[in-house]
Amino acid sequence: MNKLPSELRYAASHEWLKLLGDGTALVGITDYAQSALGDITYVQLPAVGTELAAGAGFGVVESVKAASDLYAPVGGVVVEVNPALDAAPETVNSDPYEAGWMLKLRLANPSEADALNDAAAYEKLTQ
Amino acid sequence: MSLKRTPLRDFHAEHGARLVDFAGWEMPVQYRSILEEHKAVRRAAGLFDVSHMGEVDVQGPGARAFLDSLVTNDVAKLSAGRVLYTPMCYENGTVIDDLLIYMRGAEDFFLCINAGNTPKDLAWLGDQAARFNAETGAGSVRITDRSAETALLALQGPAAAAILQPLTDVPLAALKYYHFTTGQVAGIDCVISRTGYTGEDGFELYHASESAPALAAALLEAGRPHELELAGLGARDSLRLEAGYPLYGHEISDQVSPLAGGLGWTVKLDKAAAFIGRDALRAEKANGSAQRLVFFKTGDRRIVRAESPVFSGEAGGAAVGRVVSGTLSPILGEAIGSALVDSAATDSAAQLWVDIRGTRLDLQLVKAPFVPLKKSTTL
Repeated sequence: MNKLPSELRYAASHEWLKLLGDGTALVGITDYAQSALGDITYVQLPAVGTELAAGAGFGVVESVKAASDLYAPVGGVVVEVNPALDAAPETVNSDPYEAGWMLKLRLANPSEADALNDAAAYEKLTQ
Repeated sequence: MSLKRTPLRDFHAEHGARLVDFAGWEMPVQYRSILEEHKAVRRAAGLFDVSHMGEVDVQGPGARAFLDSLVTNDVAKLSAGRVLYTPMCYENGTVIDDLLIYMRGAEDFFLCINAGNTPKDLAWLGDQAARFNAETGAGSVRITDRSAETALLALQGPAAAAILQPLTDVPLAALKYYHFTTGQVAGIDCVISRTGYTGEDGFELYHASESAPALAAALLEAGRPHELELAGLGARDSLRLEAGYPLYGHEISDQVSPLAGGLGWTVKLDKAAAFIGRDALRAEKANGSAQRLVFFKTGDRRIVRAESPVFSGEAGGAAVGRVVSGTLSPILGEAIGSALVDSAATDSAAQLWVDIRGTRLDLQLVKAPFVPLKKSTTL
């Protein structure tokens, strides 16, 4: 498996969170998750403005094999969704930590991120 | 229960396959990507291990009549060197299995049957052979299971003949679609069959299990310049659905007749031989099937999964059918599928639709195949 980006935080449900330092964060799914799902064919994301509680379902990622729910790793308001995933959902397979991001959240409570796993702890979860 | 393995299990693992349980077999569902493997087969070629399929010899002076009494298609019209696709039915007209019959000679046939149905088929064939021999004389027909000693590789795609020809002296241009011959491929004795389950031109190579790793390696090597890819069962399923081919347990099953399941063309009600299921199928043909198989697109990328209920007209009514296969067509970039639907609902002008996570998606009924198929140009 590829090395996990150390600057990210990871939920046990296989989403990552990237704090941008301005009260917002990007959310996506991990390389482990995309690999387990296989070819991703569709990503269903919420509307901008949607309020999400930590752990709330925010969408669905579909692969040839199955449809899986996506969960917000922290609470916040959706301020942006990745517009590229509509036409090219396979970007989540090819580049899960960068171009394959899904949401940008304005964090409700930045300290919630502290409860997430760091790279080392998440790596243990997936072994 | 531990999973059964084909002789290529380690070959798959070495080539990065994701191995899964398929009908009790540890099989490669994909190597690199189901979508990419699918596209490679439509564009160039793919190599599939389908050694989990069952092979059964049916031999003896009564072999042809025996087979003709078991299957819906017309075995009497088969000649040596030809292959026949046919359902095999119960008395009630539902399907035991769909299979290929290979005719080697007047008293010498072999069958290729679905892996998941092999134990059931062998039991059925054994019981029926006992009945047949009791009626026609001992030794009239013999059934021999060759599954364990037989491996099967499918080379499929427009580049298949160009890849295979340098490895064999058999003139492939003379081998027509749904014909077979025997010969060596890369020095390995094979039954070379111009058949497949993808809708493309291609070959299925039956050979001794112990030769499978050498044959797979030779084909892979010969195919590299042609952009051959190893392809798994995931691509095999999406290719067959795009081609409109049935999969046992989905379009046809022990609950569905070949008439309802879109295989009317394989049911020869007026062939010379009486066959098991004929009366039920005649009645169904006369009265109309209660359900009908339809193929659909949605114009949307969300996959309509098997077992999703199908509705008709306004919301609030009961389901009129169910989806039996669904995937994203890698070629069309939209969801495609098949559904078994009450015939009254397919006759009605009311729109058929499915509900995907709260969104109504209308089914656009289409004729299969979903994409233009090339198959063999020598057909």
